[in-house]
Amino acid sequence: MKEEIIRVKNLVKKFGSFTANDNLTFDVYKGEVFGFLGANGAGKTTAIRILSGLSSPTSGKLNVAGFDVYTETEKIKKNIGYMSQKFSLYEDLTVAENIRFYAGIYGISPKRRKEKMGELLKKLEMEKAKNKLIAGLPLGWKQKLAFSVAVFHEPKIVFLDEPTGGVDPVTRRKFWDMIYEAANDGITVFVTTHYMDEAEYCDRVSIMDAGKIEALDTPAKLKEKYNAKDMDEVFLRIARASPNPSEGGGQETITNE
Amino acid sequence: MAQLLSFIKKEFFHIFRDPRTMLILFGIPVAQLLIFGTVIKNEIKDVRIAIYDQSKDETTQQITNKLLSSGYFVLVDDLQNTSGIEETFRKGEVKEIIVFESNFGEKLIKEGTANVQLIADASDPNMARLAVSYTRGIINDYVQKMNPNQELPMQIQPEVRMYFNEEMKSAYMFVPGTMALILMLISAMMTSISITREKELGTMEILLVSPLKPAQIIIGKVLPYLLLSIVNAFVIVLIGLFVFGVPITGSFILLMLETILFILMALCLGILISTMAKSQMTAMFISMIVLMLPTILLSGFIFPIENMPEILQWLSHIMPARWFISIIRGIMLKGVGMAFIWKETLILIGMTLFFVAVSVRKFKIRLE
Repeated sequence: MKEEIIRVKNLVKKFGSFTANDNLTFDVYKGEVFGFLGANGAGKTTAIRILSGLSSPTSGKLNVAGFDVYTETEKIKKNIGYMSQKFSLYEDLTVAENIRFYAGIYGISPKRRKEKMGELLKKLEMEKAKNKLIAGLPLGWKQKLAFSVAVFHEPKIVFLDEPTGGVDPVTRRKFWDMIYEAANDGITVFVTTHYMDEAEYCDRVSIMDAGKIEALDTPAKLKEKYNAKDMDEVFLRIARASPNPSEGGGQETITNE
Repeated sequence: MAQLLSFIKKEFFHIFRDPRTMLILFGIPVAQLLIFGTVIKNEIKDVRIAIYDQSKDETTQQITNKLLSSGYFVLVDDLQNTSGIEETFRKGEVKEIIVFESNFGEKLIKEGTANVQLIADASDPNMARLAVSYTRGIINDYVQKMNPNQELPMQIQPEVRMYFNEEMKSAYMFVPGTMALILMLISAMMTSISITREKELGTMEILLVSPLKPAQIIIGKVLPYLLLSIVNAFVIVLIGLFVFGVPITGSFILLMLETILFILMALCLGILISTMAKSQMTAMFISMIVLMLPTILLSGFIFPIENMPEILQWLSHIMPARWFISIIRGIMLKGVGMAFIWKETLILIGMTLFFVAVSVRKFKIRLE
């Protein structure tokens, strides 16, 4: 029996009269890579912000890592990691200082931190860049580091909001290797993306359109169901079938607050 | 605690590595001290004065009437002896006291000369200088009109005394003012910019997702600036003392406590600004327009509040710097204790609480 680590029932999020998330219901299983797909403005970012505690839902029942979203926010925070499309590292701090800072705010002991930091820098092959400022690093490195920092405290779930935005395909591929590695370590990965090729890498994907989940299954089953050769085609079929297709772009700025 | 420490450490890295921040922190204070060291001339009106008339004759009555009808002065007190002079000044109720010697009119006619003493509260040197020179001008004018053809050798000798600042150093004016301005600038502007910077870079989200509590984020942001501002305040007071000779007549500890109160107020204001501003540019703009200019213009730092149009006088009441300048002038120059500045102190505390309340509310709304 699969264990649910995120349970969402009838999630609704409204900004004034605009409904960003329209009655979402889904579960995410422990250890899986769960893809959250959709065009810009479909409501992905809104949902991920609610799950990670940055925004509160208008209504619905939500449980993340075994805790209630409304009442146990503090406990959830200790158990999740978060990385946004901005690769939020401090540009004026060095690699090591950034790691120390994040380890610090998650309350990791200095001894444990030292151990882990050594391993991490070795794995990323960034030992020489340890004392370099983030500002001078290539984008791909920043992305890898931002991800490593997001899972440094060994969360149960890591939320990745369009983590591969603006990165070239090769770097993206390498980034997915890191995601798999985290998943192998037992971390559940919740990732939003609008790159359909990335959907193939997920264990299960949900496809959102205009605030609703239109489909949710493994990539293989979705392709079978929609009789499509790849996920791109699946997505196009769903978007065309939708009575209220999202135009792409525009709305995302509203849902970002 | 360890969480907070690592947060604070990070803040110091930000500060020490950004040349702009360092410039604002330590370059601007020096530049401003020098710029505002120049004296600005201006007009007076309705200056509150007291008169101690020991002769009460026709001449002194005429001079008094002439002074009061000029529009420059308002009589608020008629003193009966000299003992109340210092106390009156300490309370800050009047800016100038005019003392006529006894038998003033008789002396002027018979001996051709009479003495009048002009005592001014020079903790606000600009105001004192103007008040005294206007008074002197009016008295000279009176003598001229009485004796149009210079037939009689008639002369009124004004003897001028400047209370709290005998040498009329303008440093007495600009040191307290600059202190208010610099602390306001650093505390409010720097905090608001550094918080909005995190928002712009997206690191604020990371902080909000982390187990750090909002209060920890705010304290982590504010504490480094509080410490640096206190250092700055020390430096300004020391420069004032050793370079410009501005004394600290009152309690140094009280001065520092009041300064910390003002810094806290400004920091809270900075947080408030950051909850309203979305970008560093906006934060800087709000700080400049809403804080800096009014602080310079309306706090009584350069332009005496008494001379402002009524609406601006009214506006000056909501300028925190107005109260702070009044407090530090009181402590540094007049040597007063809490008994004379409790009102200003309460107002600053009130403002601080107000800003805390509003920003906590706003911060929560942002978090939803």
